Formats: sequence, C-alpha cells, structure tokens
Amino acid sequence: MKNSTAHHPKKDSQLWKLLSAPMLLFILIPILSLFLRTSPADVFQNLHDKQVTQAITLSLSSSLVSTSLTLLFGTPVAYRLATRRFRGYHLVDTIIDLPTVLPPSVAGVALLMAFGRNGLIGSFLADIGITIPFTFFAVVLAQMFIASPFYIKSATLGFSNIDKQLIQAAELDGASRWQIFRYIFIPLSSKALMSGSVMTWARALGEFGATIIFAGNFPGRTQTMPLAVYIGFEISMNVALTLSIILICFSFLTLVIVKGFLHARMETEEELISY
Amino acid sequence: MRSKVLSICLLFTILMSAACTTQAAATPTEAPTEAPSSTPVEERTLTVMAAASLTESYTEIGALFESQNPGVTVTFNFAGTQALVEQLTQGAEADVFASANTKYMNAAVDAGLVAADTAQTFAYNKLVVIYPKDNPAGIAELKDLAKSGLKLDLADSSVPVGQYSLDFLDKAAADAAYGTAYKDAVLSNVVSYEENVKAVVTKVSLGEADAGIVYLTDVTADAAESVSKLDIPDELNTIATYPVAPLTASKNADLAQAFVNLVLSSEGQTILAKYGFVPATAQ
Repeated sequence: MKNSTAHHPKKDSQLWKLLSAPMLLFILIPILSLFLRTSPADVFQNLHDKQVTQAITLSLSSSLVSTSLTLLFGTPVAYRLATRRFRGYHLVDTIIDLPTVLPPSVAGVALLMAFGRNGLIGSFLADIGITIPFTFFAVVLAQMFIASPFYIKSATLGFSNIDKQLIQAAELDGASRWQIFRYIFIPLSSKALMSGSVMTWARALGEFGATIIFAGNFPGRTQTMPLAVYIGFEISMNVALTLSIILICFSFLTLVIVKGFLHARMETEEELISY
Repeated sequence: MRSKVLSICLLFTILMSAACTTQAAATPTEAPTEAPSSTPVEERTLTVMAAASLTESYTEIGALFESQNPGVTVTFNFAGTQALVEQLTQGAEADVFASANTKYMNAAVDAGLVAADTAQTFAYNKLVVIYPKDNPAGIAELKDLAKSGLKLDLADSSVPVGQYSLDFLDKAAADAAYGTAYKDAVLSNVVSYEENVKAVVTKVSLGEADAGIVYLTDVTADAAESVSKLDIPDELNTIATYPVAPLTASKNADLAQAFVNLVLSSEGQTILAKYGFVPATAQ
C-alpha cells in the first residue's frame, strides 16, 4: 500500500482508505454507540448494583479456575501434539479444534448429556451424591470446554517452534525428560503459553451459550457477566450496558496483551530463521 | 480530515437507513400480491398474527377454516406477542391478531390497529407444576416444593410466566395454609431462572431439575411423555387471558370476523381445549 507499483500511488492509497472505511466503521460504530449510550458516572454507579458485582465476581473467579484447569490438563496434550507424530494425531488435533467451531449451545447440550444428572457420567456421580448442573463447577466446565482449545493450540505452536538441536544437545548432556520440559520447553515457549492462557481466559469470560444451558442462570451462583447482559437486556438495560462496557474493555485489553506477545514472538522467530 | 470522517459517517448512516426503509417497505408490498383484489369466488388469503403459544392450536383451527371456506388460504405469523405488535405497528399487513395477554391487545387498540371493544377473550392459560415422570424428589402436593434440597427450575421474571410464578408464591405466602416460610423455602430451592419457558420444560423432562413451573399448554403431548403435572389451585394461580380481534386495516374484514367467530365457536374452543387451554366459555 505504501509503495505500490501503480501509476498514482497516492491516489491509489486514498482509494483503498475510502474502500476500507465502511467495514471499519461497521465494527466501530456499534461499540462506540454502546459507550455513548451511557456515561462513566452511570457505569460507576451501576458497579454497586448487587447483580453487577455478583456477575463480575462470578465471571472472574470461574474464568480463573477454568483457565488454571486448562493449563493443568491442556499442557500435556499440547506437549504430545508438538513432540510426537502418533497414530491418530490428526484425529486428536481435530477433536481439540472441535469446540471452537461448535455452536456453544450444542456444547451445552452435550455437556448436559455427559455430566447431567441422568447423563453418561453424571448418573454415576449422582449415585455418590455429586450433581454438577446448576453449580459453579458447571460454569467452569462449560468455559473449559469452549475455551481450552485456544490455549492448547497456542501452546502446541510454541512447543513445536523450539529448536530440535537444542533438545538433542540437552539429551546428550544427560538431561531428563522432565528437566528438558521444565528448563527448555516452558521458558522458550513462555510467550505462546501466556498469550494462549490470556485468549482462553478471555473466551471463558465471554462464554454464554453452553453456560446458560448446562449451568443455568442463578444470580450469584451461575449468572456470569454475559448471562446478566442477556437477562438484563430484558429487565434492566443499565445493568446490560454497564456489563457490556466492562466486557468490551476486558476484551480490548486481552487483545492488546496478546498482540503484544504474538508480535514479540514473531520477531524472535525471525531472529531464529536468520540465525 | 475531520470533515471527511464525518461525511463517511453520514454516508454510512444514510446507506444503512436506506437499506432499512426499503426492507420495511418491502414487507407491506408483499402482502397485497398474496391477497389479490378480492374477487368473490377467487383465491383469497387470510393472514393471522398469533402468539407463539398458539402455534399448534391455531394451525389446526386454520385448517378447519380453510375446509369451511373453499378458496381461502390461511397464513400464520407466530411470534412473541410483543414482536407481533411491533410488526403491526411497523405496517405489516394482516387480518387477525391473537395476543397472549390483554396488555398487548390494549397496546394494539391504543395504536389504532384494533378497533376499541372488538377484542374478545377466547382462551385462558394457567400455571402448572411439572416434575419428571420418575419423580426423584417425590412430589405429591404443592407443599413438597418447599422440601429442602429440591431442585426447582423457574422462568426468569423478565418472561411473563416467570413473573406469574413469583405471583403464585406471593399468593401462597398470603395464604394461611402456606405462609411466608413456604415462599422463602421454595425460592431457596430455585437452581436456575431460565430465559424462556421451554428451557424449563426441557430441563425438567431431562430430569436435571426436580420440578418447574410452566404454562399448562407447555405440557404438550410430547412433553407429557417425560413429565407429570401437578395443578395449582385457581385461587393461587395466575390466569393468563388470550384475546383475539380483527385488525382495522384488514382488506378481508368479512373473513377476519369469520375466523374470530370460528375461534370462539364450540369447534374452535374444543380444539383449544385439546391443546391445554382453558376455553373462554369455561370461565
């Protein structure tokens, strides 16, 4: 765009600027109108609304738990996908991708069929007195199901970008598998792990469809911010607007952080290539 | 630069509003082509705007109407009553309007869509407690809803039926036989406030919730395979009233009135009763 080969580079760039404006405005205007519809004073006042504080607390705590669990259980999957070419590799890879393309409502029904009181696993849990639907844990499971692929994909990419010679060298020096993982894999892919976690956290924060089906909607117990926005839209527009603005700010912040990390990582990759 | 941004904004707004108006204009022009200038014996179309909860019963009444009036096709627009009023206000052409409550019928009268005093109540709906067929919580009477540990699923108070459910508890609290302790105990058993009544039916029929409160008409033949129902006595119940009226803008005023008459006739009332409505004649 800066130095195009066209005859009138300047004119050309003006044209592209004009052509790209509608799409940008289309995204920008709804977000702006959300902010213009309310004032900072209103937002701060609504922050004291019980429903709002409950929703924020619940969203933050549940998304932190689901992100932590994703780190715990997702990292081994990513490590395996990055380091081994096993039978059924593509199947596993596809299964991991599935939740990102599934409509969340489908995920909610699926979770209910598995962990519901009469579900495949849920019925056994019910026998020992554990019921998952309508609980905080159900919110966490819904978020994990939808959001974990973002971390796993990012971590897999990070792990596979690690120089194989480095690992061979460590092996020759007698490093154990665990030491290699701990001192080579983790530090060298830390940025990918971080940006993956942040994406997973942000997606978990925004989860709606699976949550309302699997965990239900109860203020203070399972009503996360997106649910409160949806219900609030029908009763209290102020609650909906305040929470929407908070969610937009969170999302924006997330993208800034992730893009910062991704950018830094791409630079290091370029360095590696030029090496 | 700023003026350029402004002009782009303006252009964008104009384009969007133009797109919206053409669409709004397109809907009304569609209807007349469906209902060609009414030559008596020729094909005619009757358009009925009816509340979503009337889907099954009105479809059957419509089929009956067609069989009684050769050459007439009945087309339905089933949606939430609020959405129907909105469409009518925006100029959608139709002949009959059937509402799920008096509030929206009054709104239609106020907007001049329906002539005053032409609306007639044709059915009532009421609340009912449902529980899974295997009845995990052992529900036998309304008092059992207060059992500790029971999982009760309600519709959210933003949904009419959710508000009616809370009204039921208020009435029970005022009733000496139940009292405020009953209301508090029942409310503490609520595990979720669903965003629509069908979600309550589904979660109860899946056995995820021990009980739920829904409309009597939500216990369709399909749902009745997996849930049982427990009546709420009329003095504690909220009775939802369904009014129907011909629309003032109707181009088929005679047919519109004939359809309303059929709904109110014993044949129409029998069909409504079949789908769980309380017929208007019964009150």
